[in-house]
Amino acid sequence: MGTFKQYSVLPGFNLALGFTLLYLSLIVLIPLSAAFIRTSAFTWPEFLAVVTTPRVVASYRLTFGASFAAAVVNAIFGLLVAWVLVRYRFPGKKIVDALVDLPFALPTAVAGIALTALYAGNGWIGQFFEPLGIKIAFTPIGIFVALTFIGLPFVVRTVQPVLEDIESELEEAAATLGATRLQTFTRVIFPTLFPALMTGFALAFARAIGEYGSVIFIAGNMPMISEITPLLIITKLEQYDYAGATALAVVMLVISFVMLLIINLLQWWSRRSMAA
Amino acid sequence: MSIEVRGLSKQFGTFAALRDVSLEVHSGELLALLGPSGSGKTTLLRVIAGLEAADAGQILFQGEDATQQHVRERQVGFVFQHYALFRNMTIFENVAFGLRVRPKDSRPADAEIRNRVHNLLKLVQLDWLADRHPHQLSGGQRQRVALARALAVEPKVLLLDEPFGALDAKVRKELRSWLRRLHDEMHITSVFVTHDQEEALEVADRVVVMNEGRIEQIGTPDEVYEQPASPFVYEFLGKVNLFHGRLHHGRAWIGGIEVDAPEHTEAEELAAVAYVRPHDIHVDRVIHDGGALPARVFHILSVGPVVRLELIRDDSEDKELIQVEISKERFRELQLVRGDRVFIKPSRFDLFPNQVH
Repeated sequence: MGTFKQYSVLPGFNLALGFTLLYLSLIVLIPLSAAFIRTSAFTWPEFLAVVTTPRVVASYRLTFGASFAAAVVNAIFGLLVAWVLVRYRFPGKKIVDALVDLPFALPTAVAGIALTALYAGNGWIGQFFEPLGIKIAFTPIGIFVALTFIGLPFVVRTVQPVLEDIESELEEAAATLGATRLQTFTRVIFPTLFPALMTGFALAFARAIGEYGSVIFIAGNMPMISEITPLLIITKLEQYDYAGATALAVVMLVISFVMLLIINLLQWWSRRSMAA
Repeated sequence: MSIEVRGLSKQFGTFAALRDVSLEVHSGELLALLGPSGSGKTTLLRVIAGLEAADAGQILFQGEDATQQHVRERQVGFVFQHYALFRNMTIFENVAFGLRVRPKDSRPADAEIRNRVHNLLKLVQLDWLADRHPHQLSGGQRQRVALARALAVEPKVLLLDEPFGALDAKVRKELRSWLRRLHDEMHITSVFVTHDQEEALEVADRVVVMNEGRIEQIGTPDEVYEQPASPFVYEFLGKVNLFHGRLHHGRAWIGGIEVDAPEHTEAEELAAVAYVRPHDIHVDRVIHDGGALPARVFHILSVGPVVRLELIRDDSEDKELIQVEISKERFRELQLVRGDRVFIKPSRFDLFPNQVH
């Protein structure tokens, strides 16, 4: 331990680290490991059989696919929202700024019901898509819409402070050197924002994978088509199939962990190449 | 390339940053814009660069109107006080940036870019840091990179905004003389902004002293220091003592001294102030003809070749300290100690009728 300890004016490294480990254990590690322990009721072939049925595999694809698509959309439009909020002054800016946080605060079920009402075939927005043959509510598109809604604040709130930090002098310097606005954005501003954007993306993605409340209302929950993995877990729980439910949970955990790890590595790599 | 500024005005809200400023920068000279903060010097530089648009007036480059030209097309090199290096790029890429963003038909080949960047980095003596990132460099090194980056696009004019303002005293001095040498080699028309009078006087060919959005005086460092055109320039450039007196029909009275003031023959019973540099005051133990002011030695600082005295006048309520500089030789001759009574007489001064300022 002593070798890690550096002199600091603020004492309490040992105590703080000890508390951190205990806290993380109680809140995160022990509950998660319980999932793995529960799963051990299965033998390996049994486990594989449970987690690879066509219905389950379809739900993985939907959960991770829709989450990824929603996170990508959020990364693009969240950046735009952050840009507008940082760079321009307009009446009602504070209100718009506060609106961004709303998906954080709103109970997800409320969001799900509201979105369903809007995007249903006879809803305010859905009625315009119905004649075109596009159904949004009760299809995977609806799931994507709900996940986009809940993920937006993550990107905006991570990109905003970094964007505020970029001095206008950087853009002026680029302009005096002959760069066009597009070149200034793609070569100077975007690379500086990229690590923060990746963080926002990862957070939005992770949030979407775990989302349940808003999705079940808008999804329609048809097996093989619009059924997400968290719903399958609930279904199994309701049938007292605890081992089966935890088996799915373990698969989700592992996939999520691997994906977040990859995103973090990517971030670490881009940050190191810039070493901000 | 010469720069001409005609009647520039610029307003920020209710604050007038520039008021009808006209100025000519000769081709190949190194010009300093000197003034306190808020005097408009940075705004003037930014308007010349095209980073700011003036409300009225014109900018001419080599006689051609450039007022409406975009900063991209003005071909100016601009160096910022806080470097403004691109932190996501290496030093090499920072310097290469201006070449890489050129349209395809005028962009040099990769080998050519590499060559030019390395030459520039050699010029600023930082070739060995080409692969580092800006945050790994010291302030002085960063500013030299910023200069190399500005020079990479072969600008016709180099503009520097408080280039050494963020650096510590020692590095400042080094970079200052280094900039002077660089300019002597390259002869690129350069304008730099500073609030440090020593920096301006030491480095520039000509100095423009600014105050409250106006130009107070333009001249060589010698001219602005030896013949200040206004009380402001006197006080801003170097130490100065103020003696209050009065003016009447070409004669001036300061304490017990009476002198000719031929440039103020029109004056009738005017209050006036004489501005005297510390080294233009004669100190003696006895009164010579023409009168002198009695004073007492308050403090002596005798380190170095010049001895600095602080005196208090005996004949006046004015308890402001008078700064005097005399040679060590003279100091030994007089054998002054604290509390001694002396007589002082300004040997050279400028009289300005009293103004509220």
